[in-house]
Amino acid sequence: MKPILDVQGLTRIHGTECPSCLDMTGPEHNTNVCPACGSIVAAANVSFSLQPGEILGIMGESGSGKSTVVKTLYFDQAPSRGKACFQDDTRTHDLFELNGAEQRWLRNHRFGMVYQNPNLGLNFSISAGGNIAERLLMNDLNHYGDIRRRASELLTRTDVMVGRMDESPRQFSGGMQQRVQIAKALATRPPLLFLDEVTTGLDLSVQARILDLILEIQHELDTAMIVVTHDLGVIRLLASRTLVMKHGRVIESGLTDQILEDPQHAYTQQLVASTL
Amino acid sequence: MTPIPETPILEAPILEITGLAKQFSLHEQNEIVPSCSEVALTAFPGQLTALTGPTGAGKSSVLKCIYRTYLPSDGRMNFHKSDGTVVDLARISEQDMLQLRRTELGFVTQFLHCIPRRPAEAVVAEPLILRGIAPDQALEQARDLLARLNVPERLWRLPPATFSGGEKQRVNLARGLIAKPRLLLLDEPTASLDKATTARVIELIRAFKQAGVAMIATFHDPELVAALADAEYRLVPPQSQARLTPALETAQS
Repeated sequence: MKPILDVQGLTRIHGTECPSCLDMTGPEHNTNVCPACGSIVAAANVSFSLQPGEILGIMGESGSGKSTVVKTLYFDQAPSRGKACFQDDTRTHDLFELNGAEQRWLRNHRFGMVYQNPNLGLNFSISAGGNIAERLLMNDLNHYGDIRRRASELLTRTDVMVGRMDESPRQFSGGMQQRVQIAKALATRPPLLFLDEVTTGLDLSVQARILDLILEIQHELDTAMIVVTHDLGVIRLLASRTLVMKHGRVIESGLTDQILEDPQHAYTQQLVASTL
Repeated sequence: MTPIPETPILEAPILEITGLAKQFSLHEQNEIVPSCSEVALTAFPGQLTALTGPTGAGKSSVLKCIYRTYLPSDGRMNFHKSDGTVVDLARISEQDMLQLRRTELGFVTQFLHCIPRRPAEAVVAEPLILRGIAPDQALEQARDLLARLNVPERLWRLPPATFSGGEKQRVNLARGLIAKPRLLLLDEPTASLDKATTARVIELIRAFKQAGVAMIATFHDPELVAALADAEYRLVPPQSQARLTPALETAQS
């Protein structure tokens, strides 16, 4: 089976890059700040592939570069170099070679993103329903009644009270805001969904229901997902394969049960030992 | 005319393990912990191969290496796939391993690891649903299997989190058995079961053998080995002797 996403050598450096940036940063130097020029190596040479319908976990502490990976793939940030190919049915898109309009089209139609901070994913100056309508309008659904019906379907699916769809998501709880984000991301039935620390900071019971929802969606729609988290429990529950990142590098990757039960890298061993 | 006596066709093995070794390198403690070494065994369709030996001999490690929950340190594990090709489980890609787990390879671990909050019947049905079988059909098979394993019907719709050890283990067994894998790994499948339930499990394992499923299982109880195993491999703990002695081989037929 052809992967839906194939990423090669993805690198993102903030600052004036110098030749030592890659050589003098990384887990073995215990930093991602280049000592020669002060640039920050957020991600370096990240490569992986994702099968249709598969959930891949990216695990690591804050600053490890895990969010950078999904943010570049969702075009929130431009990579310094690297290649990412997205297979959309029969068409292959070379993501970082596309122009701005093409990137926006993919973002609005074929990708979905759920951010840790709902502020990034939702517009708080319009209603919850309006947030979803916005995405549906970009997908050429123009009839008011159709849009409203589809928006309420999506909110029902993600357990948001439809009676509150005309309120601003600002008035919602954190868990509900995440549900509205998920509903919005799913509006176009995207084959690829990015989830960036979606349950971090939520109550445990709310976390559990959101994770259940994500699994149900994956079952129903066969959506491929990249799940970024520092939470081993989330990884264990959702991901079939996992990448472990530290200081911008992928230090280890494998089947999730193997990463958790037989971690190879010293850092992963420490991480697993300190949480289980 | 005297009839020519039929020679039994020797069935091709499904898994051939040679020189398998596993050790853990613990970086923080700066130590290498040996788990098993020089394991060599062969599994055949319709037969059960028992792994025996004292605690710490590496029985579970062998199973986890086959399933790739552990990365083997050395050795080959040639698996004969249903399409006739042979792959080395120690070296196949993660994607290929995930595919094998979905279709041909099953593992009943000692403890039930499952998605919390799901009803027991859904936990059992999941492997079938992942294979694309309609959910209501999968659930029907799950209930049937739970009944055969003596799991009380009132528990089927509840999540297994609150079940007793033995009930959890039966849910786990049902989940492993339902997909009818070609090779099934069983880690102490009857460890926390009472006599009556153990008898049911023995019955089921026999039925699986009849159906041609190959099994590799760890057991503590010699009676079970005698009742179910076609071959026995005894492992010794690595500290006393750093190698496996395939001392007993009670291969019948």
